[in-house]
Amino acid sequence: MEAVRYHVLHETRYDYGSPVSLSQQQLHLSPRFLPWQQVEEQRIDIEPVPTWRRDGQDAFGNPVSWLAFNAPHESLRIRSAMTVDILPHRPVDLDQSMPWDALRRRLAYGADEPLAEDLLAVRFRFESPHIRIKHELADYAADCFPPGRPVLLGAQALMTKIFTEFEFDPEATTVSTPILEVLENKRGVCQDFAHLMIGCLRAIGLAACYVSGYLLTRPPPGKPRLIGADASHAWVSVYSPGSEHGWVDFDPTNDLLPDTEHITIALGRDFSDISPLRGIILGGGGAEPDVAVTVVPLDEEALPEGLLEASPTVPADD
Amino acid sequence: MARTLLAIYPHSARRYDEMLSSEGSVRTHWRRFFVHLDSVAPEEMHHRLDFVDRRILENGVTYNVYADPNGADRPWALDPLPLIIPEDEWAEVSAAVAQRAQLMNAIIADLYGEQRLLAEGLLPPALVYGQHGYLWPCQGIKPPGGIWLHHYAVDLARSPNGQWWAIADRTQAPSGAGYALENRLIVSRVFPEMFRDLHVQHLADYFRDQQDGLAALAPLEGDEQPHIVLLTPGPYNETYFEHAYLARYLGYPLVEGQDLTVRGDSIYLKTLRGLKRVHVILRRQDDAYCDPLELRGDSALGIPGLLNVARAGRVVIANALGSGLLTSGALMGFLPGICERLLGEKLAMPSVATWWCGEKPALDYVKKHFDDLVIKPAYPTQNMLPVFGHTLEGEERAEMLRRIEARPHAYVAQEMVNLSQAPTWSRAHERRLIARPLGLRAYAAVNAVGEYSVMPGGLTRVAAGANERIISMQRGGASKDTWVLTKGQVSEFTMLKPSVTVRDLVRAGANLSSRVVENLFWLGRYSERFDDSARLLRVALSRLVDAGGEKTPAVASVMELAQRLGVLPKPEEDAPMAEGGEHVLLEAIYDPKQPGSLAGTIRNLMWSATHVRERLSLDHWHSLNRLQREQQAAQKKHPTLTEAIAFLDRVLVISSSLNGFAMDNMTRDDGWRFLIIGRRLERLSFFALAIAHFMHMPSSRATGCLEWLLELADSIITYRSRYSRAPELLPVVDLLVFDESNPHSVLFQAGVLGRYLDRMARELAADPEAPLLEASETLRQFSLESLEHLQFSHCTQCSPCDDLAARLLALEAAAGQLSDQLGMRYFTHVGDVSRQTMAL
Repeated sequence: MEAVRYHVLHETRYDYGSPVSLSQQQLHLSPRFLPWQQVEEQRIDIEPVPTWRRDGQDAFGNPVSWLAFNAPHESLRIRSAMTVDILPHRPVDLDQSMPWDALRRRLAYGADEPLAEDLLAVRFRFESPHIRIKHELADYAADCFPPGRPVLLGAQALMTKIFTEFEFDPEATTVSTPILEVLENKRGVCQDFAHLMIGCLRAIGLAACYVSGYLLTRPPPGKPRLIGADASHAWVSVYSPGSEHGWVDFDPTNDLLPDTEHITIALGRDFSDISPLRGIILGGGGAEPDVAVTVVPLDEEALPEGLLEASPTVPADD
Repeated sequence: MARTLLAIYPHSARRYDEMLSSEGSVRTHWRRFFVHLDSVAPEEMHHRLDFVDRRILENGVTYNVYADPNGADRPWALDPLPLIIPEDEWAEVSAAVAQRAQLMNAIIADLYGEQRLLAEGLLPPALVYGQHGYLWPCQGIKPPGGIWLHHYAVDLARSPNGQWWAIADRTQAPSGAGYALENRLIVSRVFPEMFRDLHVQHLADYFRDQQDGLAALAPLEGDEQPHIVLLTPGPYNETYFEHAYLARYLGYPLVEGQDLTVRGDSIYLKTLRGLKRVHVILRRQDDAYCDPLELRGDSALGIPGLLNVARAGRVVIANALGSGLLTSGALMGFLPGICERLLGEKLAMPSVATWWCGEKPALDYVKKHFDDLVIKPAYPTQNMLPVFGHTLEGEERAEMLRRIEARPHAYVAQEMVNLSQAPTWSRAHERRLIARPLGLRAYAAVNAVGEYSVMPGGLTRVAAGANERIISMQRGGASKDTWVLTKGQVSEFTMLKPSVTVRDLVRAGANLSSRVVENLFWLGRYSERFDDSARLLRVALSRLVDAGGEKTPAVASVMELAQRLGVLPKPEEDAPMAEGGEHVLLEAIYDPKQPGSLAGTIRNLMWSATHVRERLSLDHWHSLNRLQREQQAAQKKHPTLTEAIAFLDRVLVISSSLNGFAMDNMTRDDGWRFLIIGRRLERLSFFALAIAHFMHMPSSRATGCLEWLLELADSIITYRSRYSRAPELLPVVDLLVFDESNPHSVLFQAGVLGRYLDRMARELAADPEAPLLEASETLRQFSLESLEHLQFSHCTQCSPCDDLAARLLALEAAAGQLSDQLGMRYFTHVGDVSRQTMAL
């Protein structure tokens, strides 16, 4: 099995209009290591240079950086560039997974010592700030999970149901739209669909986490790849003990099981745990960022113009 | 001798009575107190109750029920009879509370660290990960000294067999210790002999232990002294009184989130003299709101970056962020096992029987015994009042059961407790004891050697009715002082005179936050504005009454000035001036909604005072409270003109006492200087503007106008003693504008301001305020000779009058500029509000 190598550039730019005197930012921009994901190169360039910086790991094991700016500045530019290898990891035998209701019973508390892997998984079994668990969610998932059905087949059915019944509509929601509203209006973006699917799974007693990252998009035939044409993406990972990695990814926005075209940045209970750039500023005018993401497979013959220049980390002889 | 109070005191077979044994005799430890109480004459008891009520009103002890700064503060309800607990009984309670505090600390340490309790199945993950109170970003943070829980409270109740039980644990930011202290200060004066003779243990040692405990943990560098602050969410909080009260008692600056700022690995207090590092934050703000960068992003109260300072171990946050988690009642059933595991000993005090519905057998039990149980939320962040199973019938009951079935992990059921009862003095009878169910909140704090000290006493609360099952101050309950007796010596330690070494001496309030200074500045301005408006209105009213309600030219002229100064509303375009003089004046006094009204100014004055409450002396605060009460009382009726004048007389007396407190009782630090600057600046603006308008107004040429101008400036006596003749323009102007020995004159204010500003410019390295100096110099050079031989009653549009008015207006403008400049230089960074940003 051969790894696919990608080059990713994620640029964020704030033009505040008037000086920001103090600013603090929390970054979830560095990719985490996974059994099927190797990070070859990675760097983050920041303008202006932060007054203070600390790098570390968050409680879920994701790389995180904290920045502070104590001098007045009118703009902030953060450019994250990385080279990542992805191995194929899509499971083939969804029907071999554990019956969902048996798993649900196994994850419920029973005063015995829980299995270590289950204990890690149940961190993703409860409510979180963006995912309130309501019975409407369990009702919505019910027909995908008849008694005894293998958990991954159920999750696949739920993913397809969401994909079929919902419309992708960037105008319909904001980062804070509650999932019940999404469920009612049947519209949203990848973040909404991921939150909804996770909510349904947790509502029936399963564990599922939110994955942030990037997705390879293909330019229209004959057209060159454009810098910044892509966006950050979000999907779902479902706990399935006995599967090769214990967790299996589902992408309800595209109705597919991610394999070598999804690049993972971070895992969390929902968006709020791992938003790529979260900050608090004092001063400033408008605060809407410009975000540009470019994902380039390195086997592609023609690299888009400007990419090499924009990311000095690309080794010349690669 | 009246019949004994016992004759009609209700005895209960179902409850433990704190005072009476089951045979109906007075328990030994109550006997002396009861005999004393029985001997107090009814009228004497009335005096004592009055004393209690007065103290509470005057100290402004409130419990802010609806968090409304404009008057929903409810006076604290205090029953004068203490709850008395004997020494040996307390020793057991105290040991159990200390153990429980230690246990809670160990649990928090585990849940934010290794999580053995989860790995060994001693605690269900739902009660940790399922709670919004589990703050993920705090996972792995190890606080200085390994202490997460610096202070802790537990609600106790006594069952019919006399055993104390734990009902609820308070680990977030336990409230009530300050109220317990205030209750003690009052009740010990209601029964001073009893308090002394019964050997009641004092509370001060407990607070000293708490102070020492926090100071010992402070992560100091070099020769730094521990800098400890008390963090409050602000005056809207229901227990803000207590925050201010404790801050003053413990000697910690009272700060809000915006007073603090994170720079690098450290956290600082923003003060007038720059940033000052903070080592310990005693927090009364809920943890989820403490850092908008990593916790709740919608919180405007927090300090961005605080978590990173905690990660670096550079600040003690008491209690550590994330400790609110353990407030969940669902934990109680698991505590005995956890206590054995973590402390290796038995849990000393039982918790009230609690079933967490997330366990199948527990759920089945709850369904079966629904009538005997109280249903409560499992997670403190849920909004739900306790529900008594037996009160639900039919559809309501079915609905509750359905909700529990749907989300069993979100509910707990507790056994209903028949609370013990204690005698309470009836306010509805001449002389009667009634019995009320009670609960006791006990407090523990970590001391300098890392153990838990327990407050000897606590906050006792009694229910509003004899059969109430819920004790709640919000539902009209009351509180009591708690007397723990000792056979030994009573510690004489008092916090009011702490022993300080030479090294600890502090001479100036170097830690003054910019926000406090700003509020003191406005307190000064509003105090003076209130004084000026009240005088102006009194001048108008008294003349109106003297003239039998007729609007003489002098009255018309005062009212015109009041309109020009914004104290009275501007007249409608076509409305004739003669109409509604009386009505307009009364509204300007009593209607807080009318812009510029006296009532509105009082409200602003109270607002700024509330924000700096811990800086004001108790007497100062009493006067402010009296002022507000006068105003609220007057607002309720429809006062006559004479009553209105009497009202203004009274409030002006209060006003001068406020000024006296500021001059006599406050330390001469930067904060005080800003208060005085605010006052002088306001008076300068008011009189410069008033006299300028006076010179301009044709109506001021009428007979009697120079008299009222002198009265307005409180300078009649001086004038008479100097000139013993009817007021004339030249001497009046000299006295009110130029005479720098008259504390009401315009140039007096300018002189004082100049001196203070000059001193600040030197100490705070700022530029002197040039425009004000120039404008007052220009005024000083006005030629008084030009007013000689001027017939004021006949002069219209004469150039000397216009010249003087112009110079006064220029000075007033410079004063306005100065106010803005002070704001920008010393306060504005406070006015800015942080905002959250988010990028995908």
